[in-house]
Amino acid sequence: MKFEKRAPQLRLKLEGWRSRVVLGLATLGFLVLAGRAVYLQGMNQQFLQAKGEARYGRVVEMPASRGPVLDRNGQMLALSTPVESICVTPDDWEADDAAVKRLAAALGMDAGEIRQKIANKDRQFVFLKRQIAPEQAAKVMALHVPGVFLQREYRRFYPAGEVMAHVVGFTGIDDNGQEGIELAQQKRLAGVAGSRKVIKDRKGNIVEDVASLRVPRDGEAVTLAIDQRLQFLAHRELRNAVAANGARAGSIVILDAKTGEVMALVNMPDYNPNNRANVTGKQTRNRSVTDLFEPGSTLKPFTVAAALDSGLVKPDTLIQTAPGSMAIGGWTISDSHPFGVLSVAQVIQKSSNVGTAKIQLSMTAERMGTLYRELGFGAVPATGFPGEAKGLLRPWTQWRPIEQATMSYGHGISVSLLQVARAYTVFTNEGQLLPLALLKREARPIGKPLFTKDTTREIVRMMEMAVSPGGTAPRAAVPGYRVGGKTGTAHKAEAGGYAEHKYVSSFVGFAPVSNPRFIVAVMIDEPSGTKYYGGDIGAPVFSTVMGAALRMMSVPPDAPGIPGAPGTINAQARDTRGEG
Amino acid sequence: MSLLLLVLLVACALGTITAQHRARKSFVELEAEQVAAKKLEEEFTQLQLEQSTWSTHKRVEAVASKQLGMKAPDAASTMIVSPEAKAP
Repeated sequence: MKFEKRAPQLRLKLEGWRSRVVLGLATLGFLVLAGRAVYLQGMNQQFLQAKGEARYGRVVEMPASRGPVLDRNGQMLALSTPVESICVTPDDWEADDAAVKRLAAALGMDAGEIRQKIANKDRQFVFLKRQIAPEQAAKVMALHVPGVFLQREYRRFYPAGEVMAHVVGFTGIDDNGQEGIELAQQKRLAGVAGSRKVIKDRKGNIVEDVASLRVPRDGEAVTLAIDQRLQFLAHRELRNAVAANGARAGSIVILDAKTGEVMALVNMPDYNPNNRANVTGKQTRNRSVTDLFEPGSTLKPFTVAAALDSGLVKPDTLIQTAPGSMAIGGWTISDSHPFGVLSVAQVIQKSSNVGTAKIQLSMTAERMGTLYRELGFGAVPATGFPGEAKGLLRPWTQWRPIEQATMSYGHGISVSLLQVARAYTVFTNEGQLLPLALLKREARPIGKPLFTKDTTREIVRMMEMAVSPGGTAPRAAVPGYRVGGKTGTAHKAEAGGYAEHKYVSSFVGFAPVSNPRFIVAVMIDEPSGTKYYGGDIGAPVFSTVMGAALRMMSVPPDAPGIPGAPGTINAQARDTRGEG
Repeated sequence: MSLLLLVLLVACALGTITAQHRARKSFVELEAEQVAAKKLEEEFTQLQLEQSTWSTHKRVEAVASKQLGMKAPDAASTMIVSPEAKAP
């Protein structure tokens, strides 16, 4: 085509500067755009990327659950399960009277109460009601009140209730342990919440994982040494005993005689950890661990064992205890019943204070002082229970002779029930003291040798005599099994001296004697009846608990043939009978 | 030649987009499954809780003694079978 054939207007010759201006403007425009691009992409890049990410990127919290607490057989003792809390952001809150009423009805709250909670506009966030069941939360959310939303939380439940309360303890509303194992094992039980960065699409679906900021870690499970069956048994018997004796309080500790594991630990009064509305410190206190008492005669076997070990006496050495009392430095110690000449074995069997004091005074205070220290008195038992009491044991260098005498039968020293029970592991372990364990042990621990095997055997024989007819605690006997043990009765120490009619009755024993399986320690605080001796109050409880525990664990009887004892059948004999 | 490359380039670009879309779809499904798994886990803990509440010794004993009229055998009526093979 030819130029000349175009429209006449196009044939006009334009002036050169006009096209140059247009070109210049266009170039300038491009330069501005390029400049802006460099500015945004280069210098302002980070800011813009952050803004962009804020549009589609989200940081998602990943909650971690608290670990469960299990007994030695894997039974659940404490468990976290999700619950919902109803929250409100007052700024977004929009509800007319009818809506508030509906909300109140769904929550089971008062309408005025809800208004009052919302009224404070300064707050960004208000809990309307915490920790309700997911079904109820769904009903509340179905009302679609603006500003109301859910927050997931975990709530702790304790299926075993009061039976385990003192051992397991409980957590506060923020899932932190406050008592017992929950507090002691807080680090292991508590998980670590995590978070991750994700990209969400416009529907709110997560479409891409960008980065994991913190990997969540669920809390570990904690397995206790406690056997729930024994615990339940001990709890039931203690409850009966405290009620029957009109006592103020009581405790039972069951130890595995060979491993030092705490198999059961119960206290009265108790409480329900699932509902702590009116619970007082009196109920939550783990008395067997935190409370001190004068152990009384339960310490006599240690005195006698020390004397036997040093070769100062033999089991049949005779000791004059008549007239049943004895004066030391202006003080008098006496026996509850006067006895005449007793052998060392009978001193234990009859629980003679005078006899024990005489044996003690033939030794130095140092021997006794160091022994008590080594037995763990005056030091925390280190089981990991919160609030473990050390007990009171004055240094032997400060003892006066009367103190040395009374200390030999457990007065003037204060201990926790757990400490006494632990000290008895020397008698079930050939003279070796075991460390205690609250958590399940994998292997038998190495004990600390305190007495020789021979001494231990003699003492065990004496303690078996104490439980036989003629001893202080025939009521502690368990049909079918050989049992050894020792009673304890002590006046309660109060400000300014001993209380006249307040006693602590205790009994500590083990069975079967031929191969000890359990140590059971019973303590009854202030029995209100006319009887208060350990042999009358503590011993029957011991007998029931020990008997049931041995049968429950199918421990073969070592003294069969006694009326009322379980019979035995030989497995092979039965087999052949079956074949014939 | 360059036309061919252009076609290839467009094809690749479309491929990338489809792949990305598919990946995201799968990811959403994965997320949904994980949420479902979490839900089941929670249900499991609730069932565990229920089970351990129903099976507390206290309750079992109460049901056994009150509803079923059972009692624990006393020592005298217990036979213990010892595993050791000793002829009588």
